[in-house]
Amino acid sequence: MANLGVYIELRGDEFKKANREALALAKKSNRDVYAIIFANDISQYENELKGISKVIQIKNDNLSYQPEAYAATIGKIIKEHNLNDILGVASAQGKDLFPRIAALIGGGIINDCIDVDFNSNTVKKPVYAGKLISTFKLSGEFRIITIRPNVFPVKEGGSDTQPEITTTGLETGAGKLKIIDVIKSETKKIDLTEADIIISGGRGMKAKENFKILQEVADILNAGVGASRAAVDSDYATPDMQVGQTGKVVNPKLYIACGISGAIQHFVGMKTSKVIVAINKDSEAPIFKKANYGIVADLFKAIPVLKEELKKVL
Amino acid sequence: MNIYVCIKQVPDTEAVLTIKEGKFINEENIKWIISPYEEIALELALQLKEKNPGFKVILVTVGPARAESAIRSGLAMGAETAIHVESDQYLNHKTIARALAKAIKDDGDGGIIFTGKQAIDDDASLTHIYLAESLGIPVATNVIGFRLDSDKAIVEREIDQGARERIEMQIPCVVAATKGINDINQPRYATLMGIMKAKKIPIKKVRFEDLGIEDSTPTVTTEKLEAPPEKPAGKIIEGEMKESIKELVKLLKEEAKVL
Ligand SMILES: Cc1cc2nc3c(=O)[nH]c(=O)nc-3n(C[C@H](O)[C@H](O)[C@H](O)COP(=O)(O)OP(=O)(O)OC[C@H]3O[C@@H](n4cnc5c(N)ncnc54)[C@H](O)[C@@H]3O)c2cc1C
Ligand SMILES: Nc1ncnc2c1ncn2[C@@H]1O[C@H](COP(=O)(O)O)[C@@H](O)[C@H]1O
Repeated sequence: MANLGVYIELRGDEFKKANREALALAKKSNRDVYAIIFANDISQYENELKGISKVIQIKNDNLSYQPEAYAATIGKIIKEHNLNDILGVASAQGKDLFPRIAALIGGGIINDCIDVDFNSNTVKKPVYAGKLISTFKLSGEFRIITIRPNVFPVKEGGSDTQPEITTTGLETGAGKLKIIDVIKSETKKIDLTEADIIISGGRGMKAKENFKILQEVADILNAGVGASRAAVDSDYATPDMQVGQTGKVVNPKLYIACGISGAIQHFVGMKTSKVIVAINKDSEAPIFKKANYGIVADLFKAIPVLKEELKKVL
Repeated sequence: MNIYVCIKQVPDTEAVLTIKEGKFINEENIKWIISPYEEIALELALQLKEKNPGFKVILVTVGPARAESAIRSGLAMGAETAIHVESDQYLNHKTIARALAKAIKDDGDGGIIFTGKQAIDDDASLTHIYLAESLGIPVATNVIGFRLDSDKAIVEREIDQGARERIEMQIPCVVAATKGINDINQPRYATLMGIMKAKKIPIKKVRFEDLGIEDSTPTVTTEKLEAPPEKPAGKIIEGEMKESIKELVKLLKEEAKVL
C-alpha cells in the first residue's frame, strides 16, 4: 500500500497546532506515515513526531517558505518515497503550496477537506461557502489533500516509537519568483483560521477605538479578534480580520459575535463554530436564530461585565 | 501591455441553493454575479491601467451562455474588451485553466493575468495555479497589493497572523487577489454611462471545443452534493443583563465546556 506523507507547516520554529490534526488523521489510516519537515534542527519536535514511520528532514541555509523551491522539493520526495497520498493543512501557505505540487506532479487535489477516507479515496469539502457539502473521489497516481484546521480530532498518547530520520536538501525552483521580505503585523495576532476562540465585532462597535474592549476580552481568553465586513468597510477593523464568505472561514470552538446582525455572508464564515454567542441590542437580529446563546443588550455595557465574569472563572 | 482578468460567474452570495440529481445545484431562479474576489482582481487591474496609459484590460471567462451577463458587468466597471470561452458542460479546474491559458495565448501578448484567490462556488483555490503552470509563468496567491517596477511585478500577499510578504515576479505572471488594503477592497460600481457603453462592446466568443485543447482526464469526480446538518436553534438568556452574563459564562464553562 502506498505510503502517506504529511507536510509539517512551521511558523518560524513554531509547530503549528493544525499539524497535530493532520498527523492524527494520518495515523488513523494504518499506513506508513512519513512527515516532511523543512528544519535544520528537528530535535525540538521529537515529541510531536513520535509514532510515525519516517521523518524526511529538509536542510538548507535558507528554509524560509519559498513556493517554487518547496513545491519542487516535496514533489521529488513524493516520488522518491512513494507517497501517493499527501496531506497538509489548508492554511494560507497550504493553499499556496499544495496546488503547486499538484500542478508539478499531477494527480487529484482537494483543498479544505472536513472528512477524509483513505480507503475509498473520498473526501468531503464545504462548497458555496459551506452552504453545501460535496463528496469527491480522488483518482490519479497522486492524491493531494489539505484539511481545514480545527476539524479533525487530535488524539493524545498512542505509540511512542521514534521514527527513522532521512535528510535531504532543498531543490531549486524555477526562479521566476523571489521573496523580498516579510512585514510582520505590529501587534501579535492570533490567526483566526486556527483560533480556538474568536470574539468579533460588527457595525455595532461604532468606532475603531472600541475594538480595544474586544481585545481585552480576547487577551483573557487567548482568543483572536474578528470583524464583520461592515466593520472592515467602515475602517473599524483591518481586512485580515474579516470573517465571512469574502473574508476568513473560521471554525473555533467558541465564537462571540458582538454588534453583528448575522447576514448570510457573515454566517457562512463562522457557522461551523462549536458554540456561537451573540450579543446584540436588537432582539430581532437574525444572529439570534443562529446563536447557541444570546444576550439582548447594549454591547458597551455587556462586554465589560463579560470581561469581569470571565476573569473570575479563568 | 495587456492585462487579463479571469472572472467566473457564480451564484449570488445571498442565493438559497437546492440540489438536483444529488450532484448539482438547481440553476433556475438564481441570481448570478461575478465572484467577489474577481471583482477585487478587476479593481486592481483597472487601477493599474489608470496609472499606465496604453494598458488594456481584457476580461476572460469560461462558462455557459449565461456568463455573458458577468462579462457585461465587468465591462461596465471599465474593462475594454472580453473573451468568452463558451462551454455548456462542466469542466474540471485543470481544463478551465488550460482553456483560459489558450484563449489568452491566442489573444496576443500575455502581460499580467489577474484572478481571484478562489471562485466562491466550489471554493477550489486551484485554477490560477494550473493556469500559471500551463503558461509556464510564475504565480502569487492571496495578493493584496500590486505595483510595477520597470519590467517586474512587485506583489504584497497576506500570510498568516496579519503578516504580509512581498514578492518579486517576472512578467508575464499570474496574480491571484484577495481582499486586502482598502483601496481595492471596495471595487468600483459601474456608472450608468459605463453600463450603456458596455452593452455595445463586442465580446470575442470562442467555443471551448474549437480551442483544440484536450479535456484533461479528471482526477477528481463529484460523488455527492448535500446540505449540511441544520444547527439547532439556540436560546436567548433572559433576565437582567448582569445576571444573564453570569449565567452565560456558567453555561459556557459547564454546559458547553468551551472555556
Ligand atoms: C458579495 C458580498 C460578500 C459579503 N461578504 C461578507 C463577509 O465576508 N463577511 C461579512 O461579515 N459580511 C459580508 N457581506 C456583508 C453582509 O451582507 C452584511 O452587510 C454585513 O455582514 C453586516 O455587518 P454587521 O452585522 O456588522 O452590520 P449590520 O448589519 O449593520 O448590523 C449591526 C448590528 O449591530 C447591532 N448593534 C448596534 N449597536 C449596538 C450596540 N450598542 N450594542 C449591541 N448591538 C448593537 C444592531 O442591532 C445590528 O444588528 C457581504 C456582502 C456581499 C454582497
Ligand atoms: N470558469 C472560469 N472562467 C474564468 N476564470 C475562472 C474560472 N474558474 C476559475 N477562474 C479564476 O480562477 C480563480 C480561482 O478559481 P478556483 O480555482 O475555482 O477557486 C478565480 O478566482 C477566477 O479568477
